[in-house]
Amino acid sequence: MSKTPIRLTVNGLPHEVAVEPRRTLADALRDDCGLTGTHLGCEHGVCGACTVLLDGEAVRACLHFAIQADGHAIRTVEGLAAPDGSLNPLQRAFWENHGLQCGFCTPGFLMLATWMLEQPGPVDEARLRHVLSSNLCRCTGYQNILTAVRTAAQELGKWREGATPA
Amino acid sequence: MKCPPFDYHAPRSQAEALALLARHGEEGKILAGGQSLVPTMAFRLARPASLIDINRIAELDTCRAEANRLRIGALARHARFERPVVPGPTGALLARAAEHIAHAPIRTRGTFCGSLAHADPASEWCCIALALGAEMRVLREGGERLVPAADWFQAVFTTALGPDELLAEASLPILGPDWRCGFAEFNRRAGDFALAMAVTALRLDVAGHVAEARIALGGVAGTPVLAREAAASLLGAPPTPDRLRAAAALAAEGFEPTEDAQVPADYRRDLVRAMTRRALEGSLAA
Repeated sequence: MSKTPIRLTVNGLPHEVAVEPRRTLADALRDDCGLTGTHLGCEHGVCGACTVLLDGEAVRACLHFAIQADGHAIRTVEGLAAPDGSLNPLQRAFWENHGLQCGFCTPGFLMLATWMLEQPGPVDEARLRHVLSSNLCRCTGYQNILTAVRTAAQELGKWREGATPA
Repeated sequence: MKCPPFDYHAPRSQAEALALLARHGEEGKILAGGQSLVPTMAFRLARPASLIDINRIAELDTCRAEANRLRIGALARHARFERPVVPGPTGALLARAAEHIAHAPIRTRGTFCGSLAHADPASEWCCIALALGAEMRVLREGGERLVPAADWFQAVFTTALGPDELLAEASLPILGPDWRCGFAEFNRRAGDFALAMAVTALRLDVAGHVAEARIALGGVAGTPVLAREAAASLLGAPPTPDRLRAAAALAAEGFEPTEDAQVPADYRRDLVRAMTRRALEGSLAA
């Protein structure tokens, strides 16, 4: 099957790669761009480990073909920390709140939470749980993931107190 | 698993897409949001020889009110409906249902029309389309036809859409303030496919009596189904709690439920009774 040249802008940097049409965005990021921070769990849209931002929107990179992203801007977990490696507030909150155990789901959760925190308006407990229910953590460390994102939202001035579901 | 190989086409106009569909017919498949098609291909349950990606066709990315209909183009994503797209009951109903469609990162890609074309039995949009009487505008090279929702859903994953046709637009009536719309669904985990859902729409006359009633059920049979007897039972009287309960009981009896090991028929009927009652009561509570 012949390959088609495409241009992706990933974390602000241009990548020119050649892909088969069936190559998913997740595989292209990992195997063609060498950015293995984006993880693949289920490869059919259930687990959310491959979540990236495509033109600012959170998407499942396993349900998107790389060829569709030709000319578009993608953000991955590699783009979160500062160039000197210092963690951003969301990453730091995961670190400080034990928001990861094995770490496999972490890139997906980080990009999902990044997207949520960039949406207009505040986040409350109901919204936090609704959005984060999208992704699976195989260590089942959900409480600390919620705590981490809640902490980051507070630090970023995006948190609104509301009723906490039981 | 990885998807099987396919040829990829990215037309820039509707006309170009229709020409590609005419050429590829059964072997071609429209790619819009891809949130159902791509997993189906990853499981190798679908092996289209060609994908015709309509994401670069700007004329399909529409959602507008026109002549008392909400006209939803083939590229309108689920997320667009999370906040009301029109004032009144129609926009509110769509927003109420939208948050139940899979998860937020699926809703940024998946499309309203794609759901109608895919026709999953548990699709919220399909249930609403049947309840409100959607109309599908279907295009093929050199032709166009309108298909009412009642003729659209034929079987599980099967619609009136032909292999060379594109569902370019679906329209819904923009209901006035005399309508009360309700929605309720049950699933075991957030974002899962519903085990049962109900969409209800009642029009109240000046005396507060039910003048029109529509009830559709989703996730309970091969296609969404109308609960005609239950709806008819509400006509001509005020929607009292007793009458709503009686209508919900009728809705639970008026269809042939899908049955499996986890959801026996009795349970599904019980869920329909509960969802119909919740949708009706919720619609009148505001």
